[in-house]
Amino acid sequence: MVYKVTKRGGYAVVHLAGDVDLSCSPEARKTILDALLGAQHTLVDLSQVSYIDSSGVASLVEGYQTAKKKGLRFGLVGVSEPAMSVLELARLDKVFPIHASVEERLGQDG
Amino acid sequence: MDADCVIEVENLVAHYGARQILHGVNLRVAQGEINVIMGGSGSGKSTLLRHLLGLKRPTSGSVRLLGKDITKMAARELHVLRRNMGVAFQGGALLSSLTVGENVQLPLREHTRLDDRTIEIMTRLKLEIVSLGGYEHLHPSQLSGGMIKRAALARAIVMDPKLLFFDEPSAGLDPVVSAELDDLILKLRASMGMTIVVVTHELESAFKIADRITVLDHGHILLSGTVAEVRESKEARIEALLNRRSRQTEVDPDDYLRRLTGG
Repeated sequence: MVYKVTKRGGYAVVHLAGDVDLSCSPEARKTILDALLGAQHTLVDLSQVSYIDSSGVASLVEGYQTAKKKGLRFGLVGVSEPAMSVLELARLDKVFPIHASVEERLGQDG
Repeated sequence: MDADCVIEVENLVAHYGARQILHGVNLRVAQGEINVIMGGSGSGKSTLLRHLLGLKRPTSGSVRLLGKDITKMAARELHVLRRNMGVAFQGGALLSSLTVGENVQLPLREHTRLDDRTIEIMTRLKLEIVSLGGYEHLHPSQLSGGMIKRAALARAIVMDPKLLFFDEPSAGLDPVVSAELDDLILKLRASMGMTIVVVTHELESAFKIADRITVLDHGHILLSGTVAEVRESKEARIEALLNRRSRQTEVDPDDYLRRLTGG
């Protein structure tokens, strides 16, 4: 997995890429939670994710729950097909705010 | 080795004591395939499964999983490989002293150092996937047969294994619950890309989920083929299996009478 964090329109955007699995999901979790603990609205870009296992998905769930508790905005953007099929299996596509792109989310925020 | 082949069994011979159970079995399962191993009681299918899982050492032959021959592996190496394998045993094999949730998270506790919070969420996710959301605090004794199978499946997939083995998913279940489990197996393959080996004697289930069916009979592979190939087979013993014909031979009246009267 490779990742980077960028800033866009008041959001921290965590870009995950490659395989997000047991070997690296703790790092993904820390990156997402650090952004939220810094009181930043957070988007996680999954467009370059080739595989995400349930430890990776659990990190997204924990991130969303943390954001809700803190009253911060959270969402997934550009969810790749492999990532989406895992989210659908657990019916999490009905839970997370999902956007086609960062621009789409920013547009919704007005 | 074929790169797409994740399970390769070659000339597997197995004995229990002096009795030979498997007679040179060959089996190949491709990545992402659902292979259903079928056969009646005593066909050797459970013995084959035990060898696929590395629970038994064969008399001869090899079992390669993900490119590695497990018959020559040290216990420690096999332990590492098992991170990639999930097994749902026929009776569930849940520990009765633990809750459902604790049972499901056992592999994560054993094989990973993930944060507790991550483990809890992963456990609940898998219970949701098998439609047991909210049941994590119950004990196995409080579950029905179908729920135990689903809890065992949740534990088998909690590590997102590359290889999933499922022993008799339908045994003892009503048809609706059994069909739900079949759907779940198909969904797991579609979304996680798992390679799945199912051992069953339920024809309907095999035809619904299998890419390939391997028919075992008295320790020999009768046929390994697609659902269509198995349906069209003219092999008498496969036809018997399909038609659920009794294995009894024709009655010899004199012989039968002698057996009954002991005369």
